[in-house]
Amino acid sequence: MSLLEIHNLHASIGGKEILRGIDLTINPGEIHAVMGPNGAGKSTLSAILTGNPAYTVTEGSILYKGKDLLAMPPEQRSWEGIFLSFQYPVEIPGVSMVNFMRTAVNEHRKYNNQPALSATEFLRLMREKRSVVQLDNKLANRSVNEGFSGGEKKRNEIFQMAMLEPTLSILDETDSGLDVDALRIVSDGVNRLKSAERASIVITHYQKLLEYIEPQFVHIVYKGRIVENGGPELANRIFAEGFDWVKEKAE
Amino acid sequence: MQETESSSDVLQEITSSDYKYGFTTDIETEVIPKGLNEDVIRLISAKKGEPDWLLQFRLDAYRWWLKQPVPTWGHVKVAPIDYDKISFYAAPKKKEGPKSMDEVDPEIVKTFDKLGIPLHEREMLAGVQQEGTTGMAVDAIVDSESQTTTYKDKLAELGIIFCSFGEAVKAYPDLVKKYLGKVVPPRDNYYAALNSAVFSDGSFVYIPKGVHCPMELASYFRINASGTGQFERTLIVADDDAYVSYLEGCTAPMRDENQLHAAVVEIYVHDHAEVKYSTVQNWYPGDKDGKGGVYNLVTKRALCAGDFSKISWTQVETGSAITWKYPSCVLKGNNSSGEFYSVAVTNNYQEADTGTKMIHLGKNSKSRIISKGISAGHSQNSYRGLVKVAPGADGVRNYTQCDSLLLSNTSGAHTFPVMDIQNPTAVVEHEATTSKINEDQLFYCNQRGIGPEEAVGLIVGGYAKEVVAKLPMEFAVEAQKLLSLSIENSVG
Ligand SMILES: Nc1ncnc2c1ncn2[C@@H]1O[C@H](COP(=O)(O)OP(=O)(O)OP(=O)(O)O)[C@@H](O)[C@H]1O
Ligand SMILES: [Mg+2]
Repeated sequence: MSLLEIHNLHASIGGKEILRGIDLTINPGEIHAVMGPNGAGKSTLSAILTGNPAYTVTEGSILYKGKDLLAMPPEQRSWEGIFLSFQYPVEIPGVSMVNFMRTAVNEHRKYNNQPALSATEFLRLMREKRSVVQLDNKLANRSVNEGFSGGEKKRNEIFQMAMLEPTLSILDETDSGLDVDALRIVSDGVNRLKSAERASIVITHYQKLLEYIEPQFVHIVYKGRIVENGGPELANRIFAEGFDWVKEKAE
Repeated sequence: MQETESSSDVLQEITSSDYKYGFTTDIETEVIPKGLNEDVIRLISAKKGEPDWLLQFRLDAYRWWLKQPVPTWGHVKVAPIDYDKISFYAAPKKKEGPKSMDEVDPEIVKTFDKLGIPLHEREMLAGVQQEGTTGMAVDAIVDSESQTTTYKDKLAELGIIFCSFGEAVKAYPDLVKKYLGKVVPPRDNYYAALNSAVFSDGSFVYIPKGVHCPMELASYFRINASGTGQFERTLIVADDDAYVSYLEGCTAPMRDENQLHAAVVEIYVHDHAEVKYSTVQNWYPGDKDGKGGVYNLVTKRALCAGDFSKISWTQVETGSAITWKYPSCVLKGNNSSGEFYSVAVTNNYQEADTGTKMIHLGKNSKSRIISKGISAGHSQNSYRGLVKVAPGADGVRNYTQCDSLLLSNTSGAHTFPVMDIQNPTAVVEHEATTSKINEDQLFYCNQRGIGPEEAVGLIVGGYAKEVVAKLPMEFAVEAQKLLSLSIENSVG
């Protein structure tokens, strides 16, 4: 069974149609790169997959593990293993990372009929995962993303991903704004999660991340549709030639 | 299936956990006949074996009160109170004589246990005390009478007096007479006058010169009997160089009728002394349709009489149908300082009109006001504040920050800041914000598996953190829980 099956997905925001018929199938173990010019609808797709209520699905269907994904509230999608590394992570003043992550982890555990982690167990887990992405302890003790630099926010997203061990992770431009070392650390965090059961969607504009993560499939989104499908060679052509040929072909 | 089961669990939890302190205790209670007149006041005073000057204090207040119109300036709708339907004195029946723990009615000990308040000193010492905390002494007040005060002996070794008001009148009449009504005069306002006429019990604290009180002092007020009002009187005196941290907590059973709570708190702070006063107010707020609930109409004021004296009010207000409360600071001493940290949460049909007054009389006096209003449901939440600088008060500084968070479209947030600056050297800053709960923050939480209820709880907790962090550690956690409880069912 496929992990994710998107059929003819149309979605809009504020009455404006953004996605205009997306079809995409992802199987366990696969890594898919999604590329496309600014404003093509890539982040919108990730918002729809995670159930952001600001967007409306007007047509189409999404099956996740054979279930109707669109019928699930956002938190249940998370419990079922969908994780989004946000393009623009949100700051939540006054809420410590520790408290935030502990609530998240224990809500996941509750859904899976596991007992809540004790404070000690949780802190141990947090320390372990923090070291994976080399997230400074000082950051972990601060409020969620508050006052984090752009790169620190992205690293914090991958830290959360490591904590929640999702089945389907969606990385929306996680590489943007990262320095070379951070990029390697973040890619490493993603690669560690690779397994036969899991899959990833990696949205990016840059070659470097794809060199580390090595997607098997590449899709080009343009004006709310997937207009090109291919392997790594498709990404290389974009890096060499840009999107003009895609646009011309699509128009 | 798993998901339906878990979501119904959540629903159950939400709908059943409305007000967990709403139980009543079956204790034999002595209640005097309803209504208010001079005979009732004489009866209360006689029951408490008071000296004549105190009876005169009461009668004087009563006679003035009779002539006053009911104040209507608050942004709250107080239904007319029929004073003939209220009994002004109710007390659990008990034996005469000094109150040691063994003599306290076991039902009352159980009640306080249920409320999470330990009345056993030994328990406190053994298990409950956490690392880094200093423990606390508790004065437990049910309806009109104090039931027991813990750690009295240990405190007495340091010369600290911590007892019920009634006891203080008997044992330390001169101290009481010296300070009673000096910060909040009986004729201060309508409800203060009412309290001065009929107050029944409360706590008395005296910290002698140079003594740093080694533990938190706490009073717990509980209304139990029906058809009664609670009118407690608290008087705290910190002598030169003294320090005390004091906490007040309140709960009441769920009842359909509105119960009246009209308290007066007076704090007198001498040279270089410091008092921290923290309140977690959780009186019964009424049901979802606004039926029942406590009318919480209180006057709290501190007089920083001495130079370099300091008062800090911290309040977390989640309960009561109506709250009308302005813990104030009269900064008379030079270099004295007043602080007010407040979180007021209103849900359903609750109304809160709360804030502070900073009256700067002394030179170089400082004040700081941090107020966070959170309104949900159909509630109304107002901040009302006064910053006043007298002509002779040079070098005054004030900082006011006043934030409102709206959790629903049907609730209201209002601010009424008044400034009366009569000295040109004053530096007064005021910041105010009003915001709605941020949808992006909510979604971010949801995406991590934190459902809407928990997410709102977290975000509101973060919003209130600056204030909650000012509470003694023992109560900060409890206050956080209360905050999330009181905004349940408020999403959407
Ligand atoms: N609230 C909104 N109202 C109207 N249009 C919107 C709104 N939010 C997004 N859009 C539009 O939807 C389109 C798709 O945006 P989206 O964020 O999905 O693009 P993207 O492919 O992720 O681009 P980028 O590479 O710049 O991140 C853009 O044209 C954007 O302006
Ligand atoms: Mg985007």
